[in-house]
Amino acid sequence: MPKIKIDGIEFDCPEYWTILDAAKFIGINIPTLCYHEGLSTWGGCRLCIVEIGKDINTKLVSSCTFPVQEGLYIRTASKKVIKARKMILELLIAQNPTAKVLQDLASKIGLNKIRFKPKWENCIYCGLCIRMCEEQMMAKAIGFVNRGNKLKITTPFDKNSEDCRRCGGCIYICPACTIRCEGSHPESVLCNGCYNILQPTCLDVHDNYSCWMGLEGECGICVTTSTNQKINEKKEI
Amino acid sequence: MTQSKKNVEEVNIIIDEVFLDKSIKKHGNFLIPILQDIQESYRYLPEEYLIKVAEKLQIPLINVYGVATFYQSFGLVPKGEHIITVCLGTACYIRGGTNMVDVLTKELNIKPGETTKDKKFTLETVHCLGCCAISPVMVIDDKIYGNLTRAKLRKILNRFRENEEKLK
Repeated sequence: MPKIKIDGIEFDCPEYWTILDAAKFIGINIPTLCYHEGLSTWGGCRLCIVEIGKDINTKLVSSCTFPVQEGLYIRTASKKVIKARKMILELLIAQNPTAKVLQDLASKIGLNKIRFKPKWENCIYCGLCIRMCEEQMMAKAIGFVNRGNKLKITTPFDKNSEDCRRCGGCIYICPACTIRCEGSHPESVLCNGCYNILQPTCLDVHDNYSCWMGLEGECGICVTTSTNQKINEKKEI
Repeated sequence: MTQSKKNVEEVNIIIDEVFLDKSIKKHGNFLIPILQDIQESYRYLPEEYLIKVAEKLQIPLINVYGVATFYQSFGLVPKGEHIITVCLGTACYIRGGTNMVDVLTKELNIKPGETTKDKKFTLETVHCLGCCAISPVMVIDDKIYGNLTRAKLRKILNRFRENEEKLK
């Protein structure tokens, strides 16, 4: 039973768990996209990244594929994580701005601009449909073809596959092409229709993970002389 | 043209079994060496072969197709008799590798990645062949030609064409 510490909460967990399992167990929400309970983990979308390690020697890993280890120190919402996660989501939305799942995530995380040129494609290459076809439907009819910027998901030779039973499992599980967000228009790639105006209030004292914006006091709202001292005290401890 | 292409495909289906069994035995059920064998003898991967390989190795066809499309050395379209690979790595690029590609595209009337209509030459580009000292470099049928200039390149091409005319 390895002992791990997630966001300051210390507890024991079974050896076969991943970081995502452990986080779910204690109720910490980590956004995921290519993860599904019924399928094998893949770690392709990178949305579920967390920071492991202490002090300067930290590393970003995908929590859905990283197994728990003895003495693992995890931060799920540090400044580094939120910055990287916003960037990943930005890239995903630039690939496929019409996906409702992605737009919802953007509203949730608080993404407010897309710096990349939108591609308006239908696929984000999360690989869910392929794993669904292989593991749940036992068909193995579709898969990745080509590579690099020519990568696509099709049947062999782009023909109707004999292995396909037309069960529709791939369409059922697809987060991108089936459920469309009607809010996003070419003028503004980001929809933000579900954006919640009621934001959590700022705390007096903040450290790496209690700032909900991931800014660590850079906005200047919570930074006063008294709190600055408190932070310094905390760091020393 | 279409007739000769059809003939090739018919031959494929006949040779199929013996050749494949040999290659599977030799490489012990490893997919990539088997595909390399097919690529070597036919200069491309015929559709029938991929289906047969998947059947014999008992792996899903999509996996075989995925591997066949992933690697650049495999092709699903027949390649030419002579494969010309021009290096466009950093050293060759600076010393005029792109000029060599330009000359070849003009002489052969094809773009990189394409094959001439008479199925004699295929033009490809790579990012470094590992011999930057003799840049710009080009490889035709596993033979390396270094320190290229436009005149030298035309000479080499003409030599290949003369050889073919002699064979005729």
